[in-house]
Amino acid sequence: MSTIAIINYNMGNLHSVMKALEHVAPEGTQVILSNVAGEILAADRIVFPGQGAARDCMNELNKAGLVDVVREAAKSKPFLGICMGMQVLLERSEEHDGIDCIGIYKGNTHSFAGRIPEKDVDGERLKIPQMGWNRVYHTQDHPLWKGIDDGSRFYFVHSYFVDPDDKTITAGTTEYGLKYASAIAKDNVFAIQAHPEKSADDGLQLLKNFTEWDGTV
Amino acid sequence: MALAKRIIPCLDVDNGRVVKGINFVNIRDAGDPVEVAERYNREGADEITFLDITATSDNRETMVHVVEKIASEVFIPLTVGGGIREVADVRRMLNAGADKVAINSAAVFNPELIKETSRYFGSQCIVVAIDAKKVSAEGEADKWEIFTHGGRKGTGIDAVEWAKKMEAYGAGELLVTSMDRDGTKIGFNIPLTKAIVDAVNIPVIASGGVGELQHLADGVLKAGADAVLAASIFHFAEYTIGEAKQYMADQGIEMRI
Repeated sequence: MSTIAIINYNMGNLHSVMKALEHVAPEGTQVILSNVAGEILAADRIVFPGQGAARDCMNELNKAGLVDVVREAAKSKPFLGICMGMQVLLERSEEHDGIDCIGIYKGNTHSFAGRIPEKDVDGERLKIPQMGWNRVYHTQDHPLWKGIDDGSRFYFVHSYFVDPDDKTITAGTTEYGLKYASAIAKDNVFAIQAHPEKSADDGLQLLKNFTEWDGTV
Repeated sequence: MALAKRIIPCLDVDNGRVVKGINFVNIRDAGDPVEVAERYNREGADEITFLDITATSDNRETMVHVVEKIASEVFIPLTVGGGIREVADVRRMLNAGADKVAINSAAVFNPELIKETSRYFGSQCIVVAIDAKKVSAEGEADKWEIFTHGGRKGTGIDAVEWAKKMEAYGAGELLVTSMDRDGTKIGFNIPLTKAIVDAVNIPVIASGGVGELQHLADGVLKAGADAVLAASIFHFAEYTIGEAKQYMADQGIEMRI
């Protein structure tokens, strides 16, 4: 039997992620919510969700002693970061005058505020947070994109975006006043800014692909 | 332009059944909320909103179970409103699988609740529902007032000022319902919606009065809303959500199709 552990650190819609994974995982897969290092590291696949502010997120991870667990899990197992669970994989977030993050990848998480125009080229206002369904364009051929059309829409809610130093880890891009990395992938790690658990069929397809992924590209 | 405008079907739920009132009074049964939500999801709804219109605590428990069931079957954003009065209510609904809660009367009586809940759970899940009625006379400059209790009680609060205040307090989105229009099928109150859209920088959902597809398009094209909400035209299968989206896309509106 295969196990998927969702890292539980009191941030965000963990139950939605769990329900969506249970919906798509192959029969016999066990999906658990856990804040226990041993349990998380013993799982076959790891999901690192998140929502809200980077500061609170890092506080909760530190409090629960899970920073090293995330780091360790991201080294070898198929690992999926979602939303804030993607942003904190970088070194630093601009939020609250600067928050140190986990730093698995070099680069920063920037604020849309001050970086995007008030309106896009078509005169549409660009509100912050970006809330709603936007297109994700694939920039890597990746097993997690299997069965998902290039440019498919995913559900986003965020005010910050990642800017990895190494552009080759970008797996998908989205445009919102500027073009940014809405998915990154390297080796056994895949992370996405959108919420696949709330992105209808394409989101479920991505989660299904993850439940079948062996962590190689 | 890439971000799509959203269509949000709304289910008024009373003791576990979907109902839809006309001007909040007459009630028609429109089915099992789980089945209705699944149908909307299949048709391409961008989100679904549930308003719990019952008042008793027993029925509130029923609502929690309804949300749990829907959240296990339907994987798009779910908003739950009605009877959200304190932090614990928000937590309960989010744990049941809601992604956002809509807070109405409680925000009027205790605006600090919006600060508290947005700080705790994040602005992205706090929707402030604004029920407004026109209070200016013909010939006067437009003025709308906040009403609570399903439109029965006036508060003396100016709707546009209130919208700005709720944004400052941490609301992530505003659901603007014209009480003059709700259930009438004559279209959104465009001046009210536009006044609020122009006053804030968070997404605004237009609500109240949709009777035909052009009304949905007008909410975006004329009022500038980010999302449009409707109940009865979808419940009674007058139109599918797919038809509504195509109709709007044909007018040049960015939609997820």
